[in-house]
Amino acid sequence: MRFEVSRRGFIAGLGAGLAVALIPKAGGAVTPRAADGLGAHVLVHVALDGLVTIVCHRSEMGQGVRSSLPVLIGDELGVDPKRVVVQQAVGDAKYGDQNTDGSTSIRRGYDELRTAGAVTRMLLVAAAAKRWKVKPATCTAEQHRVVHAASKRSLGFEEVVAAASKLPVPKTVVMRPVTELTRVATPNLPVFDGLGFVTGTAKFGGDLALPGLVYAAIARPPVVGGKVAKLDASKALAVPGVTRVIEMPPAAPPWLFQPWGGVAVIATNTWAALKGRAALAIAWEHGDFADYSWPAYREQLLASVRAPGEPHRNVGDVDQAFAKAAQVVEAEYIVPHLSHLQMEPLVATARVAGDTCEVWVPTQHPQANRDAIAKLLGLPLEAVTVNVTLLGGAFGRKSKSDFVVEAAYIAKQLGDNVPVRVQWTREDDVKHGYYNAANAQRLRAALDAGKQVTGWHHRTALTPIGGTMNLAVDGPGEGDLQQGVTDLALGGIPNVRAEACKAPVRTRVGWYRSVYNIFHAFAVGSFIDEIAHARGADPRATWLEVIGPAKALSLQELGVKNLRNYGEKLDKHPVDAGRLRHVIERVTELANWSDRNGRFLGLAAHRSFVSYTGVVVSVVADPEHGFRIEDVWITMDAGMVVNQERVHSQLEGAVIMGISNVLYGGITHTAGVVDQTNFRDARVVRIHESPRRIHTDIVASTAPPSGVGEPGVPPVGAALANALFALTGKRLREVPFVTGVRS
Amino acid sequence: MKLTVNGVEQTLDVDPAMPLLWALRDLLGLTGTKYGCGEALCGACTVHLDGEAVRACVTPVRRAEGKSVTTIEGLSADGKHPLQQAWLDLRVPQCGYCQAGQIMSAASLLRSKPRPTDEDIDQAMAGNLCRCGTYPRIRAAIKRAAGGDP
Repeated sequence: MRFEVSRRGFIAGLGAGLAVALIPKAGGAVTPRAADGLGAHVLVHVALDGLVTIVCHRSEMGQGVRSSLPVLIGDELGVDPKRVVVQQAVGDAKYGDQNTDGSTSIRRGYDELRTAGAVTRMLLVAAAAKRWKVKPATCTAEQHRVVHAASKRSLGFEEVVAAASKLPVPKTVVMRPVTELTRVATPNLPVFDGLGFVTGTAKFGGDLALPGLVYAAIARPPVVGGKVAKLDASKALAVPGVTRVIEMPPAAPPWLFQPWGGVAVIATNTWAALKGRAALAIAWEHGDFADYSWPAYREQLLASVRAPGEPHRNVGDVDQAFAKAAQVVEAEYIVPHLSHLQMEPLVATARVAGDTCEVWVPTQHPQANRDAIAKLLGLPLEAVTVNVTLLGGAFGRKSKSDFVVEAAYIAKQLGDNVPVRVQWTREDDVKHGYYNAANAQRLRAALDAGKQVTGWHHRTALTPIGGTMNLAVDGPGEGDLQQGVTDLALGGIPNVRAEACKAPVRTRVGWYRSVYNIFHAFAVGSFIDEIAHARGADPRATWLEVIGPAKALSLQELGVKNLRNYGEKLDKHPVDAGRLRHVIERVTELANWSDRNGRFLGLAAHRSFVSYTGVVVSVVADPEHGFRIEDVWITMDAGMVVNQERVHSQLEGAVIMGISNVLYGGITHTAGVVDQTNFRDARVVRIHESPRRIHTDIVASTAPPSGVGEPGVPPVGAALANALFALTGKRLREVPFVTGVRS
Repeated sequence: MKLTVNGVEQTLDVDPAMPLLWALRDLLGLTGTKYGCGEALCGACTVHLDGEAVRACVTPVRRAEGKSVTTIEGLSADGKHPLQQAWLDLRVPQCGYCQAGQIMSAASLLRSKPRPTDEDIDQAMAGNLCRCGTYPRIRAAIKRAAGGDP
């Protein structure tokens, strides 16, 4: 159930009590009252003893939704946190959008979460006011009590909940002034699941004990779209503990979120399943995608950006700007596929009992899992239950249903009431991913005799996610350029053109934290630094000149026909050059940019997920490793923030992931097979390689909340590359910066 | 074979080559010890074997025969080991998955070096990956548990 909340009301609510119309969407009537208490909104229930249950309908994967969403609802309601339990939602459309992806939990959910708390509070207040014969507006709710301050009376929620559950749901909901959201204002909220994490009792995807559980490992085709040509399972079946071998249905294009196929080995424990899998003798038929090899494809991407593409952004006359230029700066940048490498490899547990199926999965997208399983098994949606465990990291990988559908398929073959857990090894996870797009870019800038930037020409060839859905999609479209190409604030440059260049998809490509912004921000952020050096100007001054005056840019000023803008209206979340300038000004001030004093600093900034991030990296020479990252300063403007503490932690993590992306990122293929295997060659930053200090800074703002989980990452790579250029004089234009395996 | 896990003697009828990790998780239901790589590259499975930090994913269960294994569930009776406390105070975990292994490695470090330097921490913790990027807080929490600054 969703409520439409008007933008006008939303803005008004920032300062004072807010009235908005409650208009349930078609078919989304207000939840019926629970007989045992008050359930006016699908996310909140108040029991007769006053216990408040708040539903967390989004997936916890480290970003802190379980530490944040219930706090916002609880503040709006007026709870005593000790009398609240949080219940993780199963996948069900009644909860609205549960796809925990795109940095949306707060930015899209903020109004509705507050509505859930507010409507519940209003009913409790109305019941108390009726008993006291006073106006509800003269009452408040705090610490699990309704209070009438004028008469110094109060009633506990448990004393009014029964009466409240019989009242009509109000037609308008009045939100509190934000100043009354007391826990939201707390700078150091606890991590909700913290105790479970540090004692080992928190339940992740593979941690549930189920009676009769069996274990499975799957040998998947090495090349996407491959098939089993010949199988001899006799040696696998001879492994003690192995009970069965099941051939999986092969995948057919388009890949979408189908399982890869292959052969599953079922056993009484994980080790036996893995040993059994190793004993399978399989001859694979590799299919049409065994021609995909990175060295050749890398050349293909470069050739693609050296020829004109499809223009999607045009301001002024770029050709003329370059014809008249006194100096032209140009550079090419390359970023290969990247893997999520979340610490918890994929895992899923499923059980089919009669005409029902239940799964326990660390999923970002339980409703998609439910749909896919229902389709696979020919069951109605109601017969499929998707339980969401904690996610041991996800970063987009666990928004795809492939690993969940595999488990449901095997459970169906195993028959009635036998739960099965499909455990992916790290190598499975590395080799059978949905990788971030591979990319090449070519950037050119025209400078006039006075060293002013008069022209900007940007070409990008990226393997679009759309190619995983439809093989006919052979390059990025207009929408794909809206992550750091056509939505860039370049108000200081009079002539701008951006083109999309071909890049057919030869593997599975999917969302990875920050998505296309990773390589676009890397190239753009590096290139602005290159322009600065070509001009003999300070990079900070060049950034501010290129971005232009502090103002919201119209579509016409951007030179685009339309902008998806991460699903947000431009009037609510404009492309605001002023906010981008502001994070640069703040972060450079924190880093004491103007006084380098022998330090080697790099700067970059980026707007993504309608938030603004500025980063300064400081590096020093290190005799053993070449360089060491000393300090990183990161400033984010994400509008209003619900849980400052978890935003700081997201920024710290974004810095480290951003460094991993450029130092080590790179999934490559040879003859269709992923070259990397495990953390020795699919490397990520370790503690001794991480910055000595990370200084996080959140801009205090009353603007509508925007994304947090993703927008911290994109500018980090360029800031590091620019710092390394300052240190070494060498420009790093291709990821990974560091190649080779870890000794 | 017999081994002691978190102070309790256990008898396992098991392939002696089975990694301790899967014996703990699948046979004893101690799921706090995590699988991350299977090749001692990430440290998510770190446990103590007679007090020494080992990677359970590459430790055959036969190596634990007759020995004492401590997992995260047995690090303290009440979740109040100074490291566990520091981890909560400084809000170290993000997704939480690697943290049991991090804490077990850190506990081993503090036993040998009660006042570790940054270099000691780098050396002892370099085998424990965290993809969420909690390293700065891990460093601070170890120092806090050691009675240091943060």
